Amino acid sequence: MLTPSIQFAYLTRFGDTALILSQRLAEMCGKGPALEEDMALANTALDLLGQARLWLTYAGEIEAAGRDEDALAYLRGDREFHNLLLVEQPSSSYAHVLMRQFYFDVWHNLALARLESSTDPRIAEIAAKSRKETAYHLRRSSDLIVRLGDGTAESRARMASAADSLWPYTGEFFTADFVDSTMAEAGMAFDPHALRDDWLRFVRQVFEAATLHMPPLDAWMHKGGKQGLHTEHLSYLLAEMQVLHREHPGAAW
Amino acid sequence: MQTELPQADARTLSAPTEPGAEERAFQTRFETGIAASIKIEPKDWMPDAYRRTLIRQISQHAHSEIVGQLPEANWITRAPSLKRKAILLAKVQDEAGHGLYLYSAAETLGISRDQMVRDLLSGKAKYSSIFNYPTLTWADVGAIGWLVDGAAIINQIPLCRCSYGPYARAMVRICKEESFHQRQGFEIMMVLSSGTPRQKAMAQDALDRWWWPSLMMFGPPDAESANSAQSMRWGIKLFSNDELRQRFVDQTVSQAEYLGLRVPDPDLRWNGERGQYDFGAIDWNEFRNVIKGNGPCNRERMRVRTQAHEDGAWFREALERHAAKLAQRNEGTAAPRAAQGAP
Ligand SMILES: [Fe+2]
Ligand SMILES: [Fe+2]
Repeated sequence: MLTPSIQFAYLTRFGDTALILSQRLAEMCGKGPALEEDMALANTALDLLGQARLWLTYAGEIEAAGRDEDALAYLRGDREFHNLLLVEQPSSSYAHVLMRQFYFDVWHNLALARLESSTDPRIAEIAAKSRKETAYHLRRSSDLIVRLGDGTAESRARMASAADSLWPYTGEFFTADFVDSTMAEAGMAFDPHALRDDWLRFVRQVFEAATLHMPPLDAWMHKGGKQGLHTEHLSYLLAEMQVLHREHPGAAW
Repeated sequence: MQTELPQADARTLSAPTEPGAEERAFQTRFETGIAASIKIEPKDWMPDAYRRTLIRQISQHAHSEIVGQLPEANWITRAPSLKRKAILLAKVQDEAGHGLYLYSAAETLGISRDQMVRDLLSGKAKYSSIFNYPTLTWADVGAIGWLVDGAAIINQIPLCRCSYGPYARAMVRICKEESFHQRQGFEIMMVLSSGTPRQKAMAQDALDRWWWPSLMMFGPPDAESANSAQSMRWGIKLFSNDELRQRFVDQTVSQAEYLGLRVPDPDLRWNGERGQYDFGAIDWNEFRNVIKGNGPCNRERMRVRTQAHEDGAWFREALERHAAKLAQRNEGTAAPRAAQGAP
């Protein structure tokens, strides 16, 4: 049965995922491989941060326990975050940054498109607003995957390696748990399995143009992020993100 | 607003017949016109020294925008609220944009962006030495917006009327954004100085550390400023370093008072006769030392820029290679791009 705590959990999945990826991109600020990339990274980080704030604000309202976007972002521990594991993976190289973004953008667009017809008008509204931005993110990341895959031998090798190492974090896009299915039954969300074919088709099409091989479809996949069971990376990311806010309890900024 | 010069001048009439004829014509324009109303455009003839001075000045300005991202980016990941994080991210992105406009303006003078980046990384080109100071607390982000962007505006507003068209136009766009930055920085300081005792102490500490370096941003005193006279004749510098510095002090002291913060200068006092503030002596040894490379963060800033550049080499090469492949494939056939459209 649909309860506020299930709605809250679902909303934080989207809010936390956008927030954590934004934070990963913000770490890169001023350190990209070209000035145009720096600007695009900051732009994507800003869009995702704006989306995170909408989702988290709404989650706080549904929870009705007085937590606003900042209380949720700064005062929860890693076991209370519900982001996808993919987005917390470190930016080990620029190839990883772009591949992480690409895998995510393809899913994000599909997911938001479904949420646009949510029976919860607030969800539908946030999704519609977000998708205007993420459609551009996807154009950009797909385009770069093609250019870098079909670039030099070195760039192809780097992209292939990033594609393989991040692949096991994509399974979580398509696995449903009780929260997903309850939300889907209420017409507020969608069945995650249903996105897989479209996701694979799009990724395959881009990889072909990029002369990259698809990683094995039956590969073992990580899971747990949506339920608050993360990789070791998240706690460090949160420690950095939350340090100042936590050092001054109750202060206004 | 600007007065266009008549079309028929030495440069369009004929090729130079005697050495120095164009140069004399160029100088005459500045001697007979008001410097601020003259616009030189990229295709116009200009003396080598004018071109070199502008390249140095504009590229140095561009590098400052780029290196200047780093001290503030240092706090994006730790910004204390999501709203502040968004504002700071947008600000740092603006600075990258400023770098881009300015590199483009410098490119109109015949130097490539690659060359300018090489000059920055080799240490040949300079950037504003303010960015060699560390951002140790969140209040430093406020202080940079308030003081550093504030000083930049005072330096740059006159350049919106400078004689080189592309530079003047870039400055118009940039100044609009800098004044947002300054207001946002002041707002951070206002929240801190009316916050908890620890927040207020943080704000005072930031002002203590950023005040003097901000005054140094206007450059050496007029008596020691080597290039000023010629630049002023050419309309690429419209006020002297000391004039602009005074303007900054006069504007900023009352803002500090409003914040309830103390300017760290025991000699600072209002001079009723001059109608300006008198202020203490600037430690020019520190300034020269930081320019020489011995500031707290010079090496770190260059290390980060160099590493970003080197780590990005494969990326830039790949994009070039891909573009070359496309050009080759498209010879004759306009092949449709694969992977278009949203899923
Ligand atoms: Fe700027
Ligand atoms: Fe600025």
